[in-house]
Amino acid sequence: MAHRIEIALKNSVRDARGERVKREIDNFLHLVVSRVRTIDVYTVDAALSWEELEQAAAGPLCDPVIQERSIDLPLAAEFDWAVEIGFRPGVTDNVGRTAREAVEYLTARPFQPGEGVSTAVQYLLSGLLTHEEVERITTGLLCNTLIQRFTILSAAEFEAQGGFPAAVPRVAENVGATDRSPVQEIDLEVPDAELLRISRAGVLALVLEEMKIIQDHYRDPQVRAARATMGLGHKPTDVELECLAQTWSEHCKHKIFSGTVQYEDEEGNRQEIKSLFKSFIQRTTKDVREKLGERDFCLSVFKDNAGVIRFNDDWSLVFKVETHNSPSALDPYGGALTGIVGVNRDPFGTGKGARLIFNTDVFCFADPFYDKALPSRLLHPRRIYEGVVEGVEHGGNKSGIPTVNGSLVFDERFCGKPLVFCGTAGIMPATINGEPSHDKSILPGDIIVMTGGRIGKDGIHGATFSSEELNENSPVTAVQIGDPITQKRMFDFLIRARDKGLYRFITDNGAGGLSSSIGEMCGEVGGCRLDLALAPLKYPGLNPWEILISEAQERMSLAVQPENLPEFLGMAQRFGVEATVLGEFTDSGYFHILYHDRTVAWLPVAFMHEGLPPLQLPAKWTPPKQEEVEVEVKESYTDDLLKLLGALNICSKESVVRRYDHEVQGGSVVKPFMGVANDGPSDAAVIRPILDSFEGVVVAHGICPRYSDLDAYHMAANAVDEALRNYVAVGGSLELVAGLDNFCWCDPVLSEKSPDGAYKMAQLVRANQALYDVCMEYNLPLISGKDSMKNDFYDGAVKISIPPTLLFSVIGKIEDSRTCVTMDVKRPGDLVYLLGSTAAELGGSEYFALLGGVGNGVPVVDPPRAYGRYGAYHRAVLAGSVASCHDLSDGGLAVAAAESAFAGGFGITLDLSSVPWQGESSGRNDATLLFSESASRHLVTVHPEKREEFQRIMSGHSLAMVGVVTERAELVITGVNGVTVVKAGLAELKEAWQKTLREL
Amino acid sequence: MARTRAIVITGNGTNCETEAAHACRLGGFDEAVIAHIAEIISGEITLDDFHFLNLTGGFLDGDDLGSAKAQANRLKHAVVAGTGERLVAQFSRFIAAGKLILGVCNGFQLMVKMGMLPGFDGDHLTQSVTLTHNDCGRFQDRWSYLKVDPDSPSIYTRGIDKGIYLPVRHGEGKFVCDSEGTLERIRRERLAPLCYSDGEYTTRAMEFPLNPNGSQEAIAGLCDPTGRIMGLMPHPEAFVHYTQHPRWTRESLPVEGDGLILFRNAADYVKKHLL
Repeated sequence: MAHRIEIALKNSVRDARGERVKREIDNFLHLVVSRVRTIDVYTVDAALSWEELEQAAAGPLCDPVIQERSIDLPLAAEFDWAVEIGFRPGVTDNVGRTAREAVEYLTARPFQPGEGVSTAVQYLLSGLLTHEEVERITTGLLCNTLIQRFTILSAAEFEAQGGFPAAVPRVAENVGATDRSPVQEIDLEVPDAELLRISRAGVLALVLEEMKIIQDHYRDPQVRAARATMGLGHKPTDVELECLAQTWSEHCKHKIFSGTVQYEDEEGNRQEIKSLFKSFIQRTTKDVREKLGERDFCLSVFKDNAGVIRFNDDWSLVFKVETHNSPSALDPYGGALTGIVGVNRDPFGTGKGARLIFNTDVFCFADPFYDKALPSRLLHPRRIYEGVVEGVEHGGNKSGIPTVNGSLVFDERFCGKPLVFCGTAGIMPATINGEPSHDKSILPGDIIVMTGGRIGKDGIHGATFSSEELNENSPVTAVQIGDPITQKRMFDFLIRARDKGLYRFITDNGAGGLSSSIGEMCGEVGGCRLDLALAPLKYPGLNPWEILISEAQERMSLAVQPENLPEFLGMAQRFGVEATVLGEFTDSGYFHILYHDRTVAWLPVAFMHEGLPPLQLPAKWTPPKQEEVEVEVKESYTDDLLKLLGALNICSKESVVRRYDHEVQGGSVVKPFMGVANDGPSDAAVIRPILDSFEGVVVAHGICPRYSDLDAYHMAANAVDEALRNYVAVGGSLELVAGLDNFCWCDPVLSEKSPDGAYKMAQLVRANQALYDVCMEYNLPLISGKDSMKNDFYDGAVKISIPPTLLFSVIGKIEDSRTCVTMDVKRPGDLVYLLGSTAAELGGSEYFALLGGVGNGVPVVDPPRAYGRYGAYHRAVLAGSVASCHDLSDGGLAVAAAESAFAGGFGITLDLSSVPWQGESSGRNDATLLFSESASRHLVTVHPEKREEFQRIMSGHSLAMVGVVTERAELVITGVNGVTVVKAGLAELKEAWQKTLREL
Repeated sequence: MARTRAIVITGNGTNCETEAAHACRLGGFDEAVIAHIAEIISGEITLDDFHFLNLTGGFLDGDDLGSAKAQANRLKHAVVAGTGERLVAQFSRFIAAGKLILGVCNGFQLMVKMGMLPGFDGDHLTQSVTLTHNDCGRFQDRWSYLKVDPDSPSIYTRGIDKGIYLPVRHGEGKFVCDSEGTLERIRRERLAPLCYSDGEYTTRAMEFPLNPNGSQEAIAGLCDPTGRIMGLMPHPEAFVHYTQHPRWTRESLPVEGDGLILFRNAADYVKKHLL
């Protein structure tokens, strides 16, 4: 029988968790609650003696200094409402699993099958609330009903029934309970409408054409004959159909990026593009590498889970950035946590495996203070913000990987789907046991081993569901909950196994689960034979197809040499990591799946990977004309600057950043916040991955979704430029720097649901063109990337599409970390230089957004000039002539100057009449000089004694001395007419910048 | 000449083992071995072969039952393979031999929850203090000024002038005693060698952010009466070189970071007393 162990804080102890909930109820639901207390509940369903239960409660579960405990007796007292929230059956309960292990250590006896510990949290609310209000608090704040269940009791009900019953969440078994076979055949000899119904009902996300290709395959007499030899009929099994749906999903197959595009530009010129991926992304890398020649530093690009470049003779760098948008829309905490621990597996599963050295994350949200109506299925942006921030916090911090770089980007359209970009870099020895570590292979006869977590129903259909728009019927099982500790244990083991050479090949289990990881490994060697009945399950009752495609987390798939198997399995056991043999790799040419020795899938590897013809995608570019924004000529722009500093896209994100450990592993050099009070926003991050060397890794990014409203070409060009200018600002070397592209688009496939698909597709083409054009000039090979193409919400009435977004990340090297430059001004008397020229480019700017419009005149990047200047600036850094440097981006010169000044604690005086101008002089006015977002600019300060050296190194490039650093703590900007147009104290400026998100 | 040997235990969520071992080497240890807990439980590595034990930062078992609780339970109950000896006996023998233990962050949490600190009357297995959720309710990564108590018995903080500046990175760092008596004894026996303070290291700080978690009496570190066993929430291994300081690009700083002194003192102590 199950027992409830309750753990409560002693009455004298502050309940920080309860206080936070109370604050949220006040701020968010505007309900009055006088007190919230919380109790942890462990429901132990195992054969334990009373004494053992007592020991468990008193030992691992309770901290006697601050907590009290009870068994089967409620601790709750003095409350009006009690709400208990536990997990739904089958959802990963990490705390429950740890509690179970603790009890096993205590009793020195393993739990029997079916025994377990589950956890719940009890919230005790005091206040005059109705049942309906408590339900609003519960479903609005405390409980995500997708993965959790709740019970509400009033004090009277609680009293009457003696508290909550001991409830154990169990997954209902459906195998064996009926006569139904675990494997079904699906009849595809049906009308087209029925084919589509099968796809929709099964969340297969296959379109009619794809269903018909599958239908044709199963009609082929040769296929039928081959199937007969395996005991299979003419119809596909559910295992096969699900496997094909995963493999062919947009998420896994990138059908849009590999499709054939018919592009027509604004002048009617037509062009056929066979695969955007090959024509632009791969070609960029190929052409840049050719251009670099001997200096090429790419080691492994596009063929593995992450890209690999050279760091030095002994070490290689690995980097990957992923998105986890759809799950984060449904379950922000779980979705985001899975996003970060999921992308960790990419560099870890690259080559023979890499040690992880930093995370980056970029979140795109709607305004957390949004106060208008939302379609019913959408969560409030504030809830998404809180959940995502916390999920990534837990995923990153617990994994011991510093989060060194990131952004928060806001636009109202991200309420349709938030974008959650998570990146991870790793480092690996250039060679391991004499072989290049970035290469790996599989030989027929190698053993298929899966390590890490067990398989459950979590994350079924994640790959296919994220390949559709978010709708009313989005499946609840698509969300997984990651467990950083299970993964950390696995990595601790695998990195040691790697160094001993105990496996030949490693890859991660992400989208599509085993179907995808083993499917891709089959592509390497030519086939496999795998028995799903061998896979370790979290609980009984999974059908074979569910085992194959489950996206249950923390799993790697490996190819282990048969002779190493005993040592590999023995070591796994010692390290407490589950490792299971599932079958072997073959060269049969078939993806051969069994269940209890009976064949349940027999798919030709060639059909899986090459059976799909390219999509045909129309694209037509019509340049949009936005309404012009009236810019009022003012005597003072101080108020506008203060408002801009407080704007969501500009304001300080310190309340979020401090929640992320950015210093673990000990190599921190340029932190997210630097300056006299440790609160100035850095442009890029620098770490030393090898602690006894000064060689540093530099990472930065650029993202400017708003420019897509004008031209996605310039959106992309500016993103690439922003990434490189951030990188250059801190001192990153142009000799060794690579790029990563993450495209997040709204559905660009012309259809009834996307009548403007041809325009969105044209935006995609143009962004790709820019990517090629700018990266070629900047010598930036693309080493990896990802696309997420269905970022729309559609409930039949309302459609919300995100602005097309490219996140461009760069990773590179600084030879000597001690030469890094930070953005805070250093001392009075230093000279202020503006590098790069300014033009009338306020289109899509933060200033126009403040004035309520988009306008026209998007910033245009001039890559050759910018690159030359970046190179000269880098030489100035190496010469030691730069005191500080800050990039100009959102909010332009005025914002950058304010940030550099208050970060350094000294004032700046600027003269706008000295600012280098480009374009017609009619557009040159104070507002434009202050707030234009022209690309490729830096604000640099130089000690007076370095002035000549700096000017000599920079000569021939567009720059001017525009001001001086002052003792007086204020920002004073003189306009073109010699009159002061901005004047504000640093404290006031900083407060405006810090207050917006301080309390979140 | 005999070698000074440090060990850093990792596994189950420990994260700072690499930089802790690096700090040990910089501080003067001839050897700093990173040992996975599995290698200790399997008997491949034994604590008896070392002089200085580091229990360092991380998220043991994901903080699932409260920080370090599950590991405290594991260390108390796990049996070393092939010996029949409980792992906790190795710890007790290590302490009885007069050797050194330093716990940082999660390692400090582990020490107080095992009862290793404050270690009144030689009892290193009874819990009387704890580290719990920060008053601000959130994980915090920020730098803290730590005022030293020059009269503390801690061997690690010897020679610190006024104080040291180190990062804290935790969600559960609020120091709480089980009774006024415990606190009084910590006070009387000078067992709190480091307290959160103002930037001049003159007065204890009780308010956020100088006191990042709301600790009683601003206590950031605790040692036992012998001074050989100490734990602290801030991370000394995270500041051993000036480029780790948040203002290194604007202040002239010595090459060595403030945290290194703890490891150097440990190495010196071992050379003088344990070889």
